[in-house]
Order: sequence, then structure tokens, then C-alpha cells
Amino acid sequence: MKTFTYTIKDELGIHARPAGMLAKTAKALDSEIIIAKDDKSAAATKLMALMGMGVKCGDTITVTVNGGNEEASEKAMKEFLEANL
Amino acid sequence: MTTYKGKGVYGAVAVGKISVFKRQDVQVKREKVENTDNELKRLEDAKAAAITQLGEIYEKALKEVGEANAAIFDIHMMMVEDEDYNDAIVEMITSQNVNAEYAVAITGDNFAEMFAAMDDAYMQARSADVRDISNRIINCLMSSVTNEEKSNEPVIICADDLAPSETVSLDKDKVLAFVTAHGSSNSHTAILARNMNIPAIIGVGEEFLSAVKDGDIAVANGFTGEFILDPDAETIEAAEMKRAEEQEKKELLQKLKGKENITLDGRKINVYANIGSADNIGAVLLNDAGGIGLFRSEFLYLENSDYPTEDEQFKIYKRVLESMAGKKVIIRTLDIGADKQCDYFNMPKEENPALGIRAIRLCLNRPEIFRTQLRALFRASAFGNLGIMFPMIANVWELEEILAVCESVKAELKKDSIEYSEETELGIMIETPAAALISHKLAPMVDFFSVGTNDLTQYTLACDRQNPDIDRFCDTHHEAVIKLIEMAAESAHRYGKWIGICGELAADTTLTETFLRIGIDELSVSPSFVLKVRDTVRSIDLSKN
Repeated sequence: MKTFTYTIKDELGIHARPAGMLAKTAKALDSEIIIAKDDKSAAATKLMALMGMGVKCGDTITVTVNGGNEEASEKAMKEFLEANL
Repeated sequence: MTTYKGKGVYGAVAVGKISVFKRQDVQVKREKVENTDNELKRLEDAKAAAITQLGEIYEKALKEVGEANAAIFDIHMMMVEDEDYNDAIVEMITSQNVNAEYAVAITGDNFAEMFAAMDDAYMQARSADVRDISNRIINCLMSSVTNEEKSNEPVIICADDLAPSETVSLDKDKVLAFVTAHGSSNSHTAILARNMNIPAIIGVGEEFLSAVKDGDIAVANGFTGEFILDPDAETIEAAEMKRAEEQEKKELLQKLKGKENITLDGRKINVYANIGSADNIGAVLLNDAGGIGLFRSEFLYLENSDYPTEDEQFKIYKRVLESMAGKKVIIRTLDIGADKQCDYFNMPKEENPALGIRAIRLCLNRPEIFRTQLRALFRASAFGNLGIMFPMIANVWELEEILAVCESVKAELKKDSIEYSEETELGIMIETPAAALISHKLAPMVDFFSVGTNDLTQYTLACDRQNPDIDRFCDTHHEAVIKLIEMAAESAHRYGKWIGICGELAADTTLTETFLRIGIDELSVSPSFVLKVRDTVRSIDLSKN
């Protein structure tokens, strides 16, 4: 299991479009990805749950990568977040 | 004639017949089913059909409103396939033995409620997306056709609210305007209307819906948010005129977009926009201005009940610079006094405020206000292409003092390791006859001049511009004013500096040629005049006399 944190820079936070892209990215990976903020968490593949977390600009999320090729998945998630959020 | 007021989300005017948008009223009933497997199969088929439809809508949106705005339908497709949403529906069908329609309706409601309860206006607006996809699946389950407006002439669509998919599905050529009782400016429908260039008014309220009938005549004004039912002849005429004007502007934009502002003989002129608040940036970009030639910073002070802090100012300047993405932005320092007063400044009453403590005089007398603004400006300069302009200069020593303050502010920032741009241009307004007459002394000290014709006219002709009775004495084309501008232009060019005009006269296209012949390099006008001035510039040939 690998864990890292990321602080959202996108002005709108995890809004519909990046949530959709995030879910797509996570689906393509062979690891289970969990996004958590405070006491809320959601599988990164679940679009509505991700949006429902209400992650805003400046919030720090914790990303947990479990199973599969964890190293590659962690790298992919980091790259995605840097580029889109 | 009845006027209803909503919020205009796309500035354009439409006049025409109304068509009331009728949604097939889907009545979902709870029914007991024995064969839940069959129900799950129906659900899968309906979802597949919904995805196909959304794919088609996505393609249509892609063509009409572009990739960024079409993306919402991609999200809709993902929502249809969302795990939690589907788990909830399937769970309901299997554990409660209910029909799929009912399970989708209830689940859709629950998820929509979840979004509606969030503390963020953007996410609240997403509940409409959930309802939209749920209704689509239900329609597919009932194999009813989705709503399609069939009318032969273009109409003003009136609805309680429109789902994004409904907005895009409408035939664009048959829609004059959208008017809805509900909706928010964050809704995708509002965003789509803006991108389809269709006037749209939202949030008009319930009462208007019961008043409108198919075939009624109405005026929809997307600028003011007014929806006028059964307008009188005068109102229709005014609306038609406004519409024709807008049409002309649209055609100009089409013609000029991306083109350089060069005269027929090849001289390049910058045509910039004047704005008085950060909210006007949309209009600047919409009218394809080359930059901002005058950003009046007064609004920051006038809108506040106390002095705006350095950080407050910095944030706004930075936003403006970033929005303009490298295009020139000239911000004028505080020009308050005379006709613009601010209570918390506690300015003593003056006999002749136009000749009193205003603009740069106020700043030089109260250096703490001036320094705060300059620090905010220089800090923001790191985020774009900034020019700073000082108003109401009449003496060389004023400019010396100003430049000394600028240097000390920059030194301070450097000491604190705060970034600023060394490229920041500094300029002055030429709006007193004195400044024009000593422009040869001022020019070497600055990077540019910008002529404020309103004040220059007032001070040259000794005409109070607030007094309508002296209108005929206040000739804005007066030879004396033109001569002063000519003097300033000569001085500027002698020292290799540029000169612009940012007063109202810059928009007077009967003078454009005169200004260009004098050697004016830049014209800065209200956003709505930008295209007209650009068109004029491109029609002038300075090689002919």
C-alpha cells in the first residue's frame, strides 16, 4: 500500500470535469485508488462519490494506492493530479 | 405589457413569438415486480439506450459549442454508469421487488438531494445533471420519445428550467432566446446558451410561466435580464434597433477577429479597452480588444467602506493581469475627488473640487494610500504585462515625487524578496493643458502618455462637464484641444515614447483619422466601441492627403 497527499490548486476544486477524468484515469489502473479528505473517502473510480466529497481549492487530499502495480499507479495518479487539479 | 425580471446570462436581444416548452410529464408509479431479473435486464437496456442518446448529444454539442462545453455530456455518460448510483438502483429493485422506473426515480432524487445539500453553489447546480440523466433513463425505460420542439419559425423558448441535454437538443436555428423560471448562472444551460450565442434569461420566477402562452409576442433582453410580455410598438422598435446594432457588431467581430489593426498604408495602431471594474474583463475579451488601455482603480475604493488593503488590491490586479494573459493592462492609480467622492477619505469640502485635491494631488498629500496601491500594483506586475498610469499631472516636480516613491517601493519589495516586473511601464495622463505644454519635459521621464480628453477639454475650454447648460460652449472637437494633443504627441515621439488617447474622444470615429495623422499610437475605448474603432482604423489611408 502506498499513500501520498496532494493539495488541490484548481480554482473550482474537484468539479465535474476533473472528477470524470480522475475516475477514468483510476479505472485504467490495476490498483485500487482511494481518495480521502477529513472523514470522507471515496474510490477514485466513483464519479458521483468524488464530486460528493466537495473537495475545494486548497484542500489537501490523501491518496491511497492498493494492490496491482502500486508504483506505476502512484506515479500515474501523481501525474494526473499535477496536470489537472 | 408586463415586464418580468430575471438574470441575463448572454447579452443579446430577441423579439418574437413564444413557445412554451412542454416536458413529457413522466409519471412514475411504484409497481411490484415478481421477476427482478427481467427488471434488471430492462434497466441495462435503458442505460445502453441512454448512453447512445448522450453520445449523439455529445457529438452535436461538440460541433455547436466546442469540446470544453460538450464535456458535460461525457460526464453524463459516466454518471449513468456510476457504480454507487447503479448499486443503489439494483439494490432497490432486488430487495424491494420494485419496477426499474421507480428505482431510478427514487435513486435519482436521493443523489440529486445529496448535491443540492452541498455548501457550494457549483455542486448544488449539479443536482440538475443527476435529475437529467435519471429522467433520460426513465424515458428510455418507458420507451417514450424525448422532447423535441417542432416549430417552423424561430421562437422564444419559455420553460420552468432546461436540462443541459434539452438545451443542446433544441434546433439552434429555431431558437431566438431561452427564458426560464428557475436556474442558476452556474448551470450548464446558462453556459451552453452563452456558447450558442443565444440570448438567455434565467430565474424569472414562477409567475411568468403561468402568464405566457404559445404564440404570444415577447421581448427577451439578455443584457438587462428583462422579459417583456406583450410589448408595445415602441418597446419592440427599441428592441429591434438594439438587435440590429448587436447583429452589426457580431458581423464586425466575425470580420475582424484575430486581424491586426493596421491602416491601409500599413501603420499599426493598438486599440484597447477602458474598464472600471474587474467584472468588465469578459466584455474586453468578447470585443477582441488588444489590451486594457485604462483600468480605473477607483472602484476598489468607491465600493469599500474602508481603505482597501494591499492584499485586497493585489488579488484583483493579479486576476486582471492573468485574465488578459500577457496583453497590456494599464492601471490608473486612484483618481478620486471632484465628482467621485468616498466618505471614509474625510475630504474637506471644497469650493471648486474639479480644481482641488483630486487624483495625484490626493496621493501625493497622503503617501500612505499611494504606497499601498503602488506596492499592490508592483507585486501584481509579476503576473502579466502591466503599465501604471498617473492622473492629473501638471508639474515636473509631481512626476519626480511619483517616480521617487515608485523607486522606493521597488527597493522595499526587492529587500523583502518579493517579485515584481522590471518591465512595468510607467506613464502619465495628459489631461491638464499644463501637461501638454510641458510635455517635452515630461516625456523623457516616462514610458508613455495617455490623453484624457474629457478633463483636457474641460480644463482647456473652462467648461464644467457636469453642467448641461454650457453644452454648446463645450466643443469637444475644439482646435485648441486637438493642438494640445498634437504637442504631446510630438514630445512623446521625440523621445521615442508612445502616446494613446483614453478619453471619450478616442471612440469618436469622425476623429480617428485626425488622431492617426497627429501620430497617436493607441486608442482606448469602452469595450462596446472597440470593434467599430478597429474597423475605422483599417479603412484609413494615411499616405493620401
